[in-house]
Parts: sequence; C-alpha cells; structure tokens
Amino acid sequence: MDSTSDSTSDSTRDSTSDITSDITRDITSDITRDIKDDPDADFIALDGVEKVFDVRKKTGFLRRERHQVRAVDGITFRVRRGEMVGYIGPNGAGKSTTIKMLTGILTPSGGQLRVAGIDPARERTRLARRIGVVFGQRTTLWWDLPLIDSYRLMHRMYRIPDRRYAENLDRCVQLLDLGALLDVPVRQLSLGQRMRGDIAAALLHDPEVLYLDEPTIGLDVVSKAKVRTFLRDLNTESGTTVLLTTHDLTDIEQLCRRVMVIDHGHLMYDGPLAGLHEVGESERTLVVDLERELPPLEVESARVVKVEGPRQWLAFPAAASAAPLVAAVAARYPLVDLSVREPDIEAVIAKMYADRVTS
Amino acid sequence: MAEPTLRDGAARDAPSGLRDGTAEGPLARALDGLRAYRMISAMWIRSTMAYRASFAMTALGNFAATALDFVAILLMFSQVDALGGYRLAEVAFLYGAASTAFGLADLAIGSMDRLGRRVRDGTLDTLLVRPAPVLAQVAADQFALRRLGRVTQGLLILGYALFALDLAWTPLKVLLIPLMLVSGAGIFVAVFIAGAAFQFLAQDASEVQNAFTYGGNTLLQYPPTVFAKDLVRGATFLVPIAFVNWLPGLYVLGRPYPLALPTWAAFTPPLVAVACCALAGLAWRAGLRSYRSTGS
Repeated sequence: MDSTSDSTSDSTRDSTSDITSDITRDITSDITRDIKDDPDADFIALDGVEKVFDVRKKTGFLRRERHQVRAVDGITFRVRRGEMVGYIGPNGAGKSTTIKMLTGILTPSGGQLRVAGIDPARERTRLARRIGVVFGQRTTLWWDLPLIDSYRLMHRMYRIPDRRYAENLDRCVQLLDLGALLDVPVRQLSLGQRMRGDIAAALLHDPEVLYLDEPTIGLDVVSKAKVRTFLRDLNTESGTTVLLTTHDLTDIEQLCRRVMVIDHGHLMYDGPLAGLHEVGESERTLVVDLERELPPLEVESARVVKVEGPRQWLAFPAAASAAPLVAAVAARYPLVDLSVREPDIEAVIAKMYADRVTS
Repeated sequence: MAEPTLRDGAARDAPSGLRDGTAEGPLARALDGLRAYRMISAMWIRSTMAYRASFAMTALGNFAATALDFVAILLMFSQVDALGGYRLAEVAFLYGAASTAFGLADLAIGSMDRLGRRVRDGTLDTLLVRPAPVLAQVAADQFALRRLGRVTQGLLILGYALFALDLAWTPLKVLLIPLMLVSGAGIFVAVFIAGAAFQFLAQDASEVQNAFTYGGNTLLQYPPTVFAKDLVRGATFLVPIAFVNWLPGLYVLGRPYPLALPTWAAFTPPLVAVACCALAGLAWRAGLRSYRSTGS
C-alpha cells in the first residue's frame, strides 16, 4: 500500500482554497520525494491523526448531555530532522492537543503518529528520553525547590552522563543567563527567568526534538529576544529539531522558515511564511499625503480604507505592483508624500481564520 | 512505499534505545519507579533539612496534633472502665497499630491526594513527559518527613500497650506484630492509590479519598465491637481495612472477631495487602489511561 500518496490526497481534500491546496500539494510532493532518499525526512510523521474528545455538558440536575469535539481532525505532515517549524492557530485550534499527542501525553483517537520511529502514546517513557518539552503556561521544574535541584534531579532521572550534564548545564547557564538564579526557588523566579530555566531543563539530556508550547507568552521584549537567539543557535549548532506553537508571529518570522497553520483541527497551510500572503489574498497599503483634504480618491485597482485630513490609506492586492497605482494617483491628485506598507502577517492569518468560519 | 522507510527508521533507532537503558517488562518498570521515587523523595528530604529548625518544629507539631487525638480516648477512659468491652491497654494496642500503619503509608505516599488538583490545573502533563512512572513521581512529590510525627506517636502508644498488656505471648503472636504493621501500611497505601485513581474521574474527590484514609484510620483506632455489624462487614469485605489491625490485633489480644471468620484469617493481612495493591495498581492504570485519552 502506498501510504504517501494517501497522505497527499488527505491534505488536499481538507484544504479550502485552491491556492492552499496547490501549495500543500507542492510541499507534500517535495516531502514524498525526500522520503524516498532520506530517512530523516519523516523524523516526525503524522498521517491522518485525529483526536476526539467526549464532552459532557450539564443540562440539569444530574442530567448530562454528551457531544463530541474533534480537536484535531485528520492532520498529516512530516517534519525532517533538524527542521524548525512554527505551528500556529487561534485559541482552541488544536495546537496544544497536537503537541500533547506528539509527546505521548494524549493518545490519538485515530491515524498514525511517529516521532523518531516511536509511537509516543505506546512508548511514552522511552520517547521521553529523546524529547524536550517546554510548556509556556506551566513549569516542568519543581516549584518549591531551587532551580539547581531540578537540574540535578533531571541529571539522574534521565541518566545523563556526568560530563554531558556538566557541559550542557554550563552552556545553558551561560547562554540563558541563569548563573545568578540557580539557587533561587522556582516559585520566586519571574516569568522570563522561569521560562529560561524551563528551556535549560528541557535540553540537559540532549533531546533530538524540542517542543515549545508558547515559549514567549507573557515575556518582555528583552526576554523574548534572549529566548529567540538561544533557540536559533540551538537549531543551527546542535541540529535539534524544533516545533514551536505561538501566538506571537514575530517568533515565527525570526525563527522558522516553515510554518503550519491549524484551525478547527485542520491543517490550513503548510509552507514558507512568505507564502501565507498569497494564500490569505492579503493587501498592501499605500498611504498618500495630499496637499489638502479631499473626498476619497477614485483610482482603479485600489480602494480607500481610511481618510484622516489630507492623508488617505489605499488598499491594493499584495501581488500587484505599486508603481502603476502611484502613477495613477500622482497624475490625478496633488500628491505631497507617499509610503507603502507591507501586509501585516497577523492580519493575513486573521483573514484566513475568518474565511474558514464563513466558508 | 512508506513501509521500508519506517523500518529503516526503527532500525536506526534501536541502538539508541539500548543506550537509554530503557526499562522493559513490569519488574523493570517497578524498579524504575522505585528509583525515581527514591531520587525525588531524597531531594525533598535534602531541601527540608536545609531548614532544620523549621523541620523540627513541624515534625513536633505533627506529633503533638496526633498525640492530642489519643488524649480524647484517655479522657473517655477517665469516665468509663471499658469501651465496647475493651480495656484501655487493649484499645491503645489497636490504636497504636492502626496509627503506625497509617502513618507509614501517609509518610510514603500521603501527597497522592493532591492528584486531583494536578489533573485540574494540567500540571500532571509535566510528569507525563518525564522518563519515569507517573505513580512514582506523584507519590514522591512534596515528600514530607514531618509525617514521621504520626509514626512516632503510633509506635509510642503501641509500645505503651505492649508494656501494659498482660498477654500470654507465643512466637506466632510476636511475629504477627511487625507483619501487621507492614501489611497494614500496604493496605493503606492501596487505599491511597485507589483514591488517587478515582480522582482522575472526579477531580474534586480528594475528600472522598480522605474519608477512606483518615476516616478508615479513625475507625480502626476503636475496637470493632463499638460499631454496627454492617460497618464492620464493610470494613472487612468491601474496603478491607479490617485486616490492618482488627483481625491480627484481636488474635494477639485473644478476642473473638465480631464476624464469623476462621482464626487463620488473622494471618492473611500480607496477602490482602498484596491483592489490594495489585487492584489499586490496575485502578491507577485505568485512571491514567482515561486521562490520556480525555486530556481533561
């Protein structure tokens, strides 16, 4: 049986727009080609993975209504060894559920799932030695104990060879700036400090995969930058495969060449970040300053979205060139100054989500 | 097409699997669990011992609180000569045995009643991504050496009872006492684990668990004759805590058991403890499995 061609049809069937399916097909065929000559290509492999939750709702005294929620609804993708992939989607899209299945915390309701050749749900403890997990919202450290105690315990629990442990700890302490924090109980650390402590804890045993569930949530700008730099270096130097979910698209822009968008349990997009613009039919904005206040400009191929005194905002398709539009405006109106704004990736994704709801 | 690729992956992973020294089989898993339990509890003891004065005070407090418990019984005996037909030394014997057995179980895995909270706030997830059995991690979490206070109190009262009792000692009776304490602790451990397993389903049920652990302990501190037959039956056959101290204890005291049971039932506590722990282990596995498929 040829399961790779199955996965191709799976992912295309779920796609909503033609462009999405084109791109998905391109990528899937790339992956199919890779699998044939390179075992590292399916380091993380999901085939039609589903997770269905039974939710019981109280409808009266002792009366419950049961209904099913499909948190993850047939997701297929491959991550190659050493890749760094962003996994994004709105709240409740199924991101965390996917991560939980990849770590073995949750058992999938259907489909096939392999991480480094291991079925996570069946061999959770064996897999645990080979993966690192950072939950942004909760710590894996021992809350009431000094940071260093957690690390010592990890050292023994993961059976890390003494030299490796010392080297890894040194590197993490240095790069994540943990030196002054080692003797502080975890509960006294600030969010940013704790997050850095958590990342170090997840890396002491040289995991082959690192999952990060919202690693920069609630961090200030400086802490975010520190975490991002560290992750980028980790990926390039140690070749650790990184899968990260986030709400902060700057994380993705700075770290990941590949991004997967999930919504309502479906994979909506899988490809380079830049490709999102085409899929989302995003628009660029031309901001023009006129000599005086005028009624909204009338030009073809653009529409006025905002007027504020002599300044007006015109939206036009991101794929189109700005030059003819600028020429058209300059020919007909008294133009003083202008600037072009690139589409906001967040707006693009928000639009994708909205399309999904209405379609 | 994908089949050979997967096999390639598995073959490549095999050596690293061996390198991990990954545990296979139930015995290896149990040893792995004990190892994790020892490491985590040792860490908590070290951290407790960093503040010796504070430890001494909490342990003393724990001892005093449980000691006051026995004062209530002493007060009762200042008014009456016998309770359910039992003299003070005999009640003290039952009390000390129950308290010691319960204290040992509470010391070992008393933190398990916090499982419901871990399930509710999702921190159980962080235990599931570590390479150690979850049961061992939950049991050793917040290991509190101060609970030695209750064990000390139990042993002191038991010691007093053995001194005050005027019994015809036989080798069998002498042997039965340590056996009773260890098996009793095992039965309470099973009750703790089963209660924790129940919390996977009902996350607010730590009080239900307390009813069986602390409640069961209180029940056993009195002779069975003061309770209704049905309650004694429940404690014997339903939740078999009667095997902690009543059955072996009454044999030592030379008293008849209120229910019609053969004399050799007094020597079954080790078997009951093993059976209870096995059942509790199964319940725990079922609970954990339901958590991993509902993710509640």
